[in-house]
Amino acid sequence: MKHSGSADRPGVPVRVLVTKIGLDGHDRGSRIVAAYLRDAGMEVVYTPPWQTVANTVKRATEEDVDVIGISSLATDHLIVPQLTAALRAAGLKHIRVVVGGIVPEGERSVLIASGVDRIFGPGSSRQEIVTAVSALALQAHQQRAEVSGETRER
Amino acid sequence: MNDRADNLSSPSSDEAHVSWRRDYEARLAGNWGICNRSGLEIKPLYTPADWDGSRYMQDLSVPGQFPYTRGIHTTMHRERTWTQRQLIGLGTPDDYNRRVRTLLDAGANAISLIPCNSVFRGLDCDEVDLPLLGTCGTVVNTVDEMGRALDRVPFERISTALNDPSPFTLFAFLLGVAKRRGIPWERITGTSNQSDYISHFVANHMFYRLSLPGARRVLLDHIEFCRNHVPRWNPVSVVGQHMQQAGATPAETMGFTLSTAIQYAQDCIERGMTPDFVLRRFTFFFDISISVFEEIAKFRAGRRLWARIARERLGARDPNSWLFKFHGQTSGVDLTHQQPLNNIARVTTQAIAGILSGLQSMHTDAYDEAISCPSEDAALIAIATQNILREEAHLCDVIDPLGGSYYVETLTDQMEAKVAAVIAQIDAAGGMYRAIERGLIQDMIGKSARAFQDKVERGEQKVVGVNSYRRESAAEERASTQRPDAAKMRQHVEKLLAFKATRSQSAVRAGLSALARAANSSGDNIFGRIVEAAAAGVTHGEVVACLRREMGFGQPLITE
Repeated sequence: MKHSGSADRPGVPVRVLVTKIGLDGHDRGSRIVAAYLRDAGMEVVYTPPWQTVANTVKRATEEDVDVIGISSLATDHLIVPQLTAALRAAGLKHIRVVVGGIVPEGERSVLIASGVDRIFGPGSSRQEIVTAVSALALQAHQQRAEVSGETRER
Repeated sequence: MNDRADNLSSPSSDEAHVSWRRDYEARLAGNWGICNRSGLEIKPLYTPADWDGSRYMQDLSVPGQFPYTRGIHTTMHRERTWTQRQLIGLGTPDDYNRRVRTLLDAGANAISLIPCNSVFRGLDCDEVDLPLLGTCGTVVNTVDEMGRALDRVPFERISTALNDPSPFTLFAFLLGVAKRRGIPWERITGTSNQSDYISHFVANHMFYRLSLPGARRVLLDHIEFCRNHVPRWNPVSVVGQHMQQAGATPAETMGFTLSTAIQYAQDCIERGMTPDFVLRRFTFFFDISISVFEEIAKFRAGRRLWARIARERLGARDPNSWLFKFHGQTSGVDLTHQQPLNNIARVTTQAIAGILSGLQSMHTDAYDEAISCPSEDAALIAIATQNILREEAHLCDVIDPLGGSYYVETLTDQMEAKVAAVIAQIDAAGGMYRAIERGLIQDMIGKSARAFQDKVERGEQKVVGVNSYRRESAAEERASTQRPDAAKMRQHVEKLLAFKATRSQSAVRAGLSALARAANSSGDNIFGRIVEAAAAGVTHGEVVACLRREMGFGQPLITE
């Protein structure tokens, strides 16, 4: 069931997929961030590590999430551009993507250019993450409302 | 002796302490107890009232004597300092070879090999996205590739540690290389690091490949094979490191680790191996956090507990079976991405704690490990840190130099009690294997991880450069990022594809079907079949895929 969230319906829950794509299995960070987002009242879909790009797109669709949070501690961020491209190809442009973990300075711009909305490096505070994810979810709600509005008009 | 004891309990001593405490609390009200990471309350001062040495012989004794609290060897670091074993893993086998020989020239005296995450996931390099290859470890999929990685590396003379989870393909490749070079297996020394599948299921999910029961069977086959054919190899390394890195407190970590060792020992005994046949080749692997005294107490308590467990609970008769031999790795969890050069100070502090704990082998982290696979410069500073501590700091002059400290002995006793309580809890749950099936350990680790992070968030646990002493400078990121050369990696993948196309396909088929049969027959040794298959040209990914078909994937599954 799809909820038609929008900016003027602030009661609509924020839905976030917290996951890890690629090969790494260190999940201390993703587990803690998932718990922090849940504590902040968001609906969190949490997956074990080693998800594929295709599976993540599928899951994001099925779960109708606003934000995908990718935890990357061991270079899996290098395939995040594949994920953002796959989301666009699947018509899920409204979904915001954030990456948390270790992204070396020199590789941040590649991610941002690929459509990643925010990168949370080590030391990011709980408050910082919760605030940013809420704001991004709101954008996702608005954009989806616009897109579905356009679809109706056509 | 009696005089001294009388003095300590004399009214004047008591009075002095009462008045000291009054003065202390007048100046620092409410500052008496501080909690360490394991949740023990630490007082500002320890005295003979806390630890009076009356149980010296039962609880400490001398180095090399039961219960080994002061060290497992008579001479400890006076005779032989720890093995300087730097974890190495990057790029192609040729990249690895260059790095390992550089570090051996710089003072490392043992070999270690960390494979690529694709290897950890049980895949060959041709099955994985190119950008992910070799970024966190070396891509090694065959005997040939292991031969290239170890070209001119004298593994017949110095010991090798392989980060090689079940089903131990890297070790099978090493044995294949030894055979080709004419090195008798009896001469090979080293350790199957990451043989501890239990730690993978609870705390380091990237390392398991097979189902839990499958991993249990393969470990026993591996132990039996090694004890019979590679007698100086340590087939078991029980890894507390994963638990602590995932968030367990130091005391929980030691409890989980010893309970895991008990589980493996009991599994071996149940299969018919005697305690002394296997326990002398059990080793341990730990994180050394920056909580200096807590770590020292953790290791001293661990030595004492393990000696008693091995002798009394597991029934080992040979003193060699009672020894708590451990490798320590300075904890990457304490390192920060911010102001990365500060990590040199952290690593030094952790390493001092490890040396004072009487470890047998150590890895010191490179300062840029919170950012990427270590650069060569950073790796050389890490090994130099060990050289400086060993050669200049006089840390090895005295064995167990903190022994007899009122504080350290009290803390050792308290940590021991805390660890013993964890072991009792796991016993009550039916042992470690059952406890992880039920998620008990995972829950405990998750709770402790959260509690620690909350302390950092609240600023109760200061982290320099993260929640205090922050510096918003452009020089924040001094360390460079190392990535393998994409063209070289592509060539490497092509080489593997060519190898797969030109090897004897019938030998490969025979090797894999013998392996599949072994997996379904309790009378056969799976690891022995892997060694044969590897020699016949079967690759890492093929071995793991075969066993996954026969024995099942580890959970959580990779869902497609």
